[in-house]
Amino acid sequence: MAGKEATLHRLDRTLVWDGFKALLPISLFVTIFGIAFGVAAPQAGLNDSTIMLMSTLVFAGASQFAVLELWEPQIPLFTMMVTVFAINARHLLMGATLYPWLEPLPPAKRYGIMLVASDANWAMATQEFTRGRPGLGVLLGGGIALWCFWVLGTWLGLNVGGAIRDPASLGLDMVMGCFLLAMVVGGEKNLRMLLIWAVAAGASLLAFYYLPDNSHVVVGAIAGGLAGVIWGKRDHEH
Amino acid sequence: MNIETTGLGTLIILLAMAVVTLATRWGGVFVMSFVPIGYRVRQFIHAMSGSVLVALLAPLAVNGDNGARLALLTTAVIMLTLKKPLPAIAGGILVAALFRHLWPMLA
Repeated sequence: MAGKEATLHRLDRTLVWDGFKALLPISLFVTIFGIAFGVAAPQAGLNDSTIMLMSTLVFAGASQFAVLELWEPQIPLFTMMVTVFAINARHLLMGATLYPWLEPLPPAKRYGIMLVASDANWAMATQEFTRGRPGLGVLLGGGIALWCFWVLGTWLGLNVGGAIRDPASLGLDMVMGCFLLAMVVGGEKNLRMLLIWAVAAGASLLAFYYLPDNSHVVVGAIAGGLAGVIWGKRDHEH
Repeated sequence: MNIETTGLGTLIILLAMAVVTLATRWGGVFVMSFVPIGYRVRQFIHAMSGSVLVALLAPLAVNGDNGARLALLTTAVIMLTLKKPLPAIAGGILVAALFRHLWPMLA
């Protein structure tokens, strides 16, 4: 077991390429998201180079859509930064959950990989680790795939957009939700996990209704994490 | 402080967005490098990794339209039976699209 654990942080060209390919199917949907962003952004008053630069540098769809909502001739900088931080705060949790496997890497690699950390590749990488397989290739290669197709989609939206005016009518607003749910359901399932998920869901909903916008992910995740410590499993490893 | 959304102002906004997002991508790893990873921390992290997703999905399931709920239900059922993510995701999207087209009043 110890030997197996020690190789889980493995990262080579083959693993990165395999990871790239593993995320290609979902990248198709990410392209469509990108198209939707490329269609919506000019309507909010952004010019083409700003839009392309935003998708390239920020690479975080939900927060980019949110900034469109704030886009006026003048934007309150602090409000904008708080909004972006709140929506992307789940990345903090992703980084924390990946740390045990990132720790053996030199800092440059560790932080380099995290440049492309995103929901889909993180969820898939976590699943690989849970199954005892190296997951950093999925994180990096998959992240590069997602980033490429997000930028490509944005470009397509700007240039040949209009083909998809209403993503929701095609069910495309559900892509990420269905993907993430498939990852949850495909993961470890037992009574303890169900209890933890129930706590996470309950806390998330309470935060969603009673706490500031976008706090629900962080609140739910931390509540679930605490529940996991309280109902610790005894038969595990140690 | 208000920033004009023209010229240099736009660039400042973009850079601010990029820096804040990068801070979220790096912050979790950075903080963890100061926390010794013992048994408890490992348990917390393990439980949290599934909980992040559940916390993202819960409001979507409760507050979404019926098309969204049916989509999630379809994905869950296909995932439990076939255990393959792609058919599960495709099925969910298809159900949302069909339901919204066929019964827009109920969606």
